[in-house]
Amino acid sequence: MVEYNELIFEISRPGRVGSSIPDSDVDYVDINEKFPKHLIRDEPAELPEVSELQLVRHYTALSNKNHGIDNGFYPLGSCTMKYNPKINEDVARLEGFSRIHPYQPVETVQGALEVLYELQEELAVITGMDAVTLQPSAGAQGEWTGLMMVKAYHAQKGETRTKVLVPDSAHGTNPASASVAGFQTITIPSDENGLVDLEELKKHVGSDTAALMLTNPNTLGLFEKEIVEIAQVVHKAGGLLYYDGANANAILGKTTPGQMGFDIVHLNLHKTFTTPHGGGGPGAGPVGVKEKLIPYLPVPRIEKEGDKYVLNANYSHSIGRVKGYYGNFGILLRAYTYIRTMGPEGLRQVSESAVLHANYLRKRLEPYFEAPYLQICKHEFVLSGSRQKKLGVRTLDMAKRLLDFGYHPPTIYFPLNVEECLMIEPTETESKETLDAFAEVMISIAKEVEENPGVVLEAPHTTVIGRLDEVQAARQPILRYSKEEVVEEETVTS
Amino acid sequence: MTKLLSSFRYSKEHEWVQQLEGNRVRIGISDYAQKALGDIVFVENPAIDDEVTVNESMGTIESVKAVSELYSPVSGTVVTVNEELEGAPETINEHPFEAGWLVEVEMSNPEELDSLLNEDEYQAFTNEGEE
Amino acid sequence: MTATYRYLPDTKQDQDEMLTFLNISSIDELFEDIPAEISLQGELNIPKAVPEPLLVKKMNQLATKNKNANHYPTFLGAGTYDHYIPSVVNHMISRSEFYTAYTPYQPEISQGELQAIFEFQTMVCELTGMDVANSSMYDGFTSLAEAASLAVATTRRSKVLVSKAVHPESRAILHTVAGGPGYTAEEVNLADDVTDLGKLQEQMDKDTAAVIVQYPNFFGSIEDLKGIKKIAEEKGALLIVSANPLALALLQAPGKLGADIVIGDMQPLGIPMSFGGPHCGYFAVNKKLMRKIPGRIVGQTADEKGQRGFVLTLQAREQHIRRDKASSNICSNQALNALASSICMTSLGKQGIRQMAQLNIEKADYMAKTLEQKGFNIYNEAPFFNEFVVGLPRPVKEVNAKLLKAGIIGGFDLESDYGFENKMLLAVTEQRTKEEIDQFVDALEAIVNG
Repeated sequence: MVEYNELIFEISRPGRVGSSIPDSDVDYVDINEKFPKHLIRDEPAELPEVSELQLVRHYTALSNKNHGIDNGFYPLGSCTMKYNPKINEDVARLEGFSRIHPYQPVETVQGALEVLYELQEELAVITGMDAVTLQPSAGAQGEWTGLMMVKAYHAQKGETRTKVLVPDSAHGTNPASASVAGFQTITIPSDENGLVDLEELKKHVGSDTAALMLTNPNTLGLFEKEIVEIAQVVHKAGGLLYYDGANANAILGKTTPGQMGFDIVHLNLHKTFTTPHGGGGPGAGPVGVKEKLIPYLPVPRIEKEGDKYVLNANYSHSIGRVKGYYGNFGILLRAYTYIRTMGPEGLRQVSESAVLHANYLRKRLEPYFEAPYLQICKHEFVLSGSRQKKLGVRTLDMAKRLLDFGYHPPTIYFPLNVEECLMIEPTETESKETLDAFAEVMISIAKEVEENPGVVLEAPHTTVIGRLDEVQAARQPILRYSKEEVVEEETVTS
Repeated sequence: MTKLLSSFRYSKEHEWVQQLEGNRVRIGISDYAQKALGDIVFVENPAIDDEVTVNESMGTIESVKAVSELYSPVSGTVVTVNEELEGAPETINEHPFEAGWLVEVEMSNPEELDSLLNEDEYQAFTNEGEE
Repeated sequence: MTATYRYLPDTKQDQDEMLTFLNISSIDELFEDIPAEISLQGELNIPKAVPEPLLVKKMNQLATKNKNANHYPTFLGAGTYDHYIPSVVNHMISRSEFYTAYTPYQPEISQGELQAIFEFQTMVCELTGMDVANSSMYDGFTSLAEAASLAVATTRRSKVLVSKAVHPESRAILHTVAGGPGYTAEEVNLADDVTDLGKLQEQMDKDTAAVIVQYPNFFGSIEDLKGIKKIAEEKGALLIVSANPLALALLQAPGKLGADIVIGDMQPLGIPMSFGGPHCGYFAVNKKLMRKIPGRIVGQTADEKGQRGFVLTLQAREQHIRRDKASSNICSNQALNALASSICMTSLGKQGIRQMAQLNIEKADYMAKTLEQKGFNIYNEAPFFNEFVVGLPRPVKEVNAKLLKAGIIGGFDLESDYGFENKMLLAVTEQRTKEEIDQFVDALEAIVNG
């Protein structure tokens, strides 16, 4: 493979053309006569000028410097990097789905509305909730949407509740979403088993508690066995229970947040429901609620009148709009296709396999890495690099060493309550051979730490680039290409 | 007139306070703090003439992996800000007690100095934290 | 057992081996920690699994129930547009190294994604005339709300002024978002098809964090950004401009007109309409707001050998580190769509994007003039880009129903959002041929006279 290190701007040449624009078939308009001078661009935007082949080679080369699930195992805990089905991609590209405008008359988009309506129903069943909104476009946005409904709910009852409780193992979006929704976050310490400490919780729950945000299983991969009691404590104090659906892959068809006592749920379709991560997005974060929160759902809502699908914005207590149009339709469509592909037995087997794989992998790795929690895990588990740290090698170093073997490392340094944390989520779409091969590489790295730590400390060795200076990137940020800066750099280095 | 401190005083938020002339003090973060933060990439100081209040946030210090609030150890008005830090925030890592100072404040309530820890007390405080 | 599902590789043998290794006899033992009272009885009550060939048939049927722009010339705009997407875009974003990858937190194996975003950021800066752009936001509407929240947080003032000529959905989302931190979003009335500057001046005060306008505005008209900037500046308020990136190919960059934050949606460049999503918000600021910008940003740096590389930077601002002090809770961006947009902008290129914008202006101009010749009233006083408002003698809903019978998707009804009776917002992109435009005008004439 030829090494390629150019920016698209660096291979541009004035006059090159990458697409063909038709000639105008109507009269010419001189923009200088149409618009005031100061509102006309004085200089063209410096976009690239390349031929179509140059464009294709450029992006092909970039893709070759990227690692996706299709390239190899991606055991990122909390991200559920499962296979992204290709049928979903085909469906999303059908002209009947991709070439429709959101404001077309509803009679002209009944197929699209049917998909959305049925998806709402199915996600409600899967989560044990009474109604679902598909508007939020990511988990974090779902959280915020849920919390805004919590706020409206309490306000309607004439109560000002300002606090949201989260466990110390919570994902960063939880307190951030709470903050953006105007709440104060209170952190509850976990007990020595990594679970919510019921006594600690009771101390902190009160009349100013708006909600407790939990994920179950939690970010350590452990099921909160006392969830029913936890729900009772919170409800007794008048608070609501919020389910962060990041770990839903562990419970499909086995239990539902509704049964556990949760009042609001968000799901990450780009995790549990196979919609592709896309390098960081787009995603979708639908939110489900129990009946008492239905009045606050965002509008418009997708409803069925007889055999016709309609949009209804006539809900005076709704929190309003949270996102444009009806949500990320293209993503929702992919999730719909996946749910149809799997059906009820399939989804249950997804969770069963995911949990089996995680427990298997953990037991294979336990002799070599510190396992802070020894009970059965669900779809993910945490290990600590503390043994290796004593020998001078950190989790970060081991993660970089994994890159040399073609693996994306697990999640590192999260959750915060485990030292030198590694969070591993194999998912159900991997074969046993993959799990075994990964285990063997991890074991070999543990051996390297003891016998030849240098090779781990200086990893990665085989990737296109070595460890990058992130300090410099943050101290003197260069956040765009510019011709002038290139000239400056050359002067400085010469 | 308060007596001049013979050495630095410290807050529980790991800031040091050095008394200059009169009611003027210089403030920075301790060696313990700079180690905990790691490589510092940016400092957001208050502006000159800003009012600061004891134990309230007056800015932030950013490293690659963490951002820390800067809590003012005293109340008063900001009279000078260390402008060197804009181009070289790493000075704080290298010289936390000297060239890495952050701001100088004209205290409005000098008695607040008495609530701060002296060197021994701060040493004990940081040792506790490490256990 | 499981091997009937192609995404579940475990055979019975695989399972047995793993169970044996774990010293348990069935998978049920791994779920014993779920209390019986909350265990699901039976299977989920959702439709049964559909094998792929049948599912493809079904999805095709559902898709065919929708009337799409390949068969119906579409004159709907209002924030989402039917523009041409060069064929290379779909081919490149279909490379699975791009679309099946996660967020580039491990830069050594994500240089492709990181570099592509760095290039995207650069192109957004070029179009908007700003110093810094992030790696994208959910959509243009939520970007606007985030911009308002940023202005409020930075200036520590408690209100923003938003023109009624800003997209109704943007304003709706802004009101919802403002309820979090509890600031006010006050609307500024219109003077015909643009923001009423007199009213803006009256409502502007020392408590205003920012003025928010759209460019081109919801009616397609070009606002007097210079005048608006002056009013904002006098009281130290920020200027936030929501801009159509295609229009910026020919219109002056908001950065050069004094905008402090420029946001919008990249949908017109390389992203399918897709019934409203996913699209791709962008967010651009000047240097002084660089460390306050929400979302992810890619920066250039080097490895130990001095080789240039790219990383996510300024992460200390983000939710996963700042947690409850984060400037925003945004986690995902719209990476794949930002990539699509970059590829589109690269394909169109420096000249092509200007040609495309020029076609939009000409087609809209032609349609407006043709309608005027036929006796229709064009409501816009200010010059417009590729959208304008036409007055009809009948309700828009009625007219649209008849246009549909003639095989055309008509424009947006301005009644419910603006109370403008019988006024239709028409979008004319480069996709509309002269024939299609003439066909629309003839059909409209027939409906009105018939």
